[in-house]
Amino acid sequence: MTEVAAAPRATAGTRAWLRDNGVYAAIVVLAAYNLVFTENFATMANLSTQLVQVAPVLIVALGMALVIGTEGVDLSVGSVMAIAAAILPLYLGYGVLPAIVLALVAGGLCGALNGTLVAVVGIQPIVATLALLVGGRGLALVFADGQMTVIQNDTLLGLGTGELLGLPVIVWLAAALSALVWLLVKYTTFGRQLVAIGGNRSASSLAGLPVRRVLMTTYVISGVLAAVAGIVATARLTASDPSAIGNLYELSAITAVVVGGTPLSGGRVRILGTVAGAVLMQMITATLIKHNLPDSAAQMVQAAIIVLAVYLQRSRAGGGQ
Amino acid sequence: MDAVLAATAIGKRFPGVVALSDVDLTLRAGEVHALVGENGAGKSTLIKVLTGVYTPDDGTLDYLGRRVRFTRPMDAQAAGISTVYQEVNLVPLQSVASNVFLGREPRNRFGLLDFRAMNAQASQLLDSYGIRVDVTRPLRTLGMGVQQMVAVARAAATQARVVVLDEPTSSLEPREVDTLFAIIERLRADGVAVLYVSHRLDELYRICDRVTVLRDGRLVHSGAMADLPRLKLVAMMLGRDLEEVQREGATKFEGEHAAGQAPVLEASGLSAKHRLDGVDVTVRPGEIVGLGGLLGAGRSETVMAIAGALPLDSGEVSVGGKRLRTGSVAAAMRAGVVMLPEDRKADGILPDLSVRENIALAALPRLSAAGLVSRRRQDSIVDTFMKRLRIKAASPDQRVGELSGGNQQKVLLARLLCMQPKVLLLDEPTRGIDVGAKAEVQGLVDELAKDGLGVVLISSEFEEVVEGSDAIVVLREGKVVTRLEGDDVNEAALLAALAEDSRDD
Repeated sequence: MTEVAAAPRATAGTRAWLRDNGVYAAIVVLAAYNLVFTENFATMANLSTQLVQVAPVLIVALGMALVIGTEGVDLSVGSVMAIAAAILPLYLGYGVLPAIVLALVAGGLCGALNGTLVAVVGIQPIVATLALLVGGRGLALVFADGQMTVIQNDTLLGLGTGELLGLPVIVWLAAALSALVWLLVKYTTFGRQLVAIGGNRSASSLAGLPVRRVLMTTYVISGVLAAVAGIVATARLTASDPSAIGNLYELSAITAVVVGGTPLSGGRVRILGTVAGAVLMQMITATLIKHNLPDSAAQMVQAAIIVLAVYLQRSRAGGGQ
Repeated sequence: MDAVLAATAIGKRFPGVVALSDVDLTLRAGEVHALVGENGAGKSTLIKVLTGVYTPDDGTLDYLGRRVRFTRPMDAQAAGISTVYQEVNLVPLQSVASNVFLGREPRNRFGLLDFRAMNAQASQLLDSYGIRVDVTRPLRTLGMGVQQMVAVARAAATQARVVVLDEPTSSLEPREVDTLFAIIERLRADGVAVLYVSHRLDELYRICDRVTVLRDGRLVHSGAMADLPRLKLVAMMLGRDLEEVQREGATKFEGEHAAGQAPVLEASGLSAKHRLDGVDVTVRPGEIVGLGGLLGAGRSETVMAIAGALPLDSGEVSVGGKRLRTGSVAAAMRAGVVMLPEDRKADGILPDLSVRENIALAALPRLSAAGLVSRRRQDSIVDTFMKRLRIKAASPDQRVGELSGGNQQKVLLARLLCMQPKVLLLDEPTRGIDVGAKAEVQGLVDELAKDGLGVVLISSEFEEVVEGSDAIVVLREGKVVTRLEGDDVNEAALLAALAEDSRDD
């Protein structure tokens, strides 16, 4: 049976390389193109802008990568961002810190709800989190009384506009969280168990792994990261707008994860790839806009890239047998 | 005699496996024909050939005197060959009546479904078989047994000439079995040929007229059921030569008993609906206890129950005299009970992860401090077991999916041994691995037992159980038939226990 697989090895090898490194290669190619053909590309101001724009998506995508690693998906992240955004102005009167902590707790609770539905009740992740995708935004609008609230707290606004060592604070935050989640996956018991459970649930539970606890924790982390993204987005927007914040972020996050080489079938989490995936999607949008192509063109290019990424993943499932 | 369906010299190959080779099967009108064989005998493949799921590579099918070639299940069904699978393949959300008439619903003069006629006819049909149900209820609200019978009645109602029943009684209560047999009698009287697949010898002798025995994809025997003694049937299924076994029966087996020692594992009264019925297993340190039984006897279920992987209705498991919480793998592991699962691919390995991660998987919490995995401790334990079990991998970083079956099995054993177990439950430890690796695994199990581990061994290979075990607990239909000890651990005694007629009890 093993010999049979030998013939298509060469093409399978190319595909595997593309799957694992394609996203980095695409970034290099696109960057080279922009360096030559795009005006004002290699300026600090432009890089800064692009990175700030990608930061909230990336933060959400980090949590999404973990959830997808367990063979799940979290559709509720955009709505959780809105909930966090709606909670902020309600408690800013008590100070920035309590308001942020409460927003994060709300994100964690949302994650716990998803986790309960998935790990304890046993509902499919796509359905379980769909409930909160729909209901969460409604809840956020209830919190905010359907209103957009302008933020006047300087500390919070500083998070959106402040800089540290020449780079925006938001970018530092996203980088720090990326590093943290990378360490979590690579070096902690939790991270290793998460990957194992995504790879083979049955084997993991027969090996005595705490499957429910790991799944629960994963969704909580995703919820908290979505809340962080909601806070960041609010700070940048200088207003809490629960009807707009986080719209369609679940799809951008899934895209970043998949393009970054994490298979939807679970069992593998690529955090660096996810960072690259988010950056690549942002670069594509920016490049096309700079060349006066409409946003819709960018969307179509992104769609093509998603299909390509999923196709490359598929070949992995086939080649693994 | 009029053959309804005759399969001649059937051969079927899959990549790397010959599933069937030169198999003949003739089904006559008005007979119930038993098809028996152990795992890998080729029963399922043969059924799939007869029902059009597979097209045979060699051989011919003659149906009602004509040469046929089924390329899809639909062809066979349309011709009148009906199959009732182990898991009922009907539409659970629709009513009983709709299921009975699925695909051939009565219509009224507007071409719309005539529900009234459908319900009346379905009700009448089921009544005539002694199945009393409200035919308007969704099928899934009924018990598995009734669902099974609806499926059989449906097959009978489609004017089938051949009905294939695959393990029809595995989820039935004794009373339901009687009803099912009454339906089968009706089919027989109507001249239908019934192919009956089951491992329950009592049922075969009760209902079947003729029997065909397969082993390793080949035809072993075909003839009248009544002419075949039970012992001979079991011997054929297991591929043993009865005369030889009886001659060797006197041979003394070197049983190494840890007599006098307190048992390390005591499982008693293990019960789970339709699967286990009060199973007791006791293992002393250093003892290898084999589980004997035909397919479906409850061997895997027994070790799964002990390992906490099968929820129990009742029963106790004690390790070293301490009772543990059943139904929890983690609790069993903490107590020192670990299990090697039967299906290495589905329940064992993580093919995309490395050898290192696969070995360390269960022991991760023990190798971690403050939630961080200690790379040093992990590497040292992985290195120890890779050497001890002689795991052949390019490096600990190699993907387990790339290893040979034997080495994958050793990786799984290493995973279990990392937990420093007291009791090792091995479900088919040498299935699907090459001869060399097999000997190594067997030697290793012996060695572990000598070191004082209690071992429970399941193997579909007769010799492996008999030669490897100090005692054999023989199971049938989820119950313990007998426990063979000492000199009684031999092939003849095991065969006799397997063939024993439970109605004599």
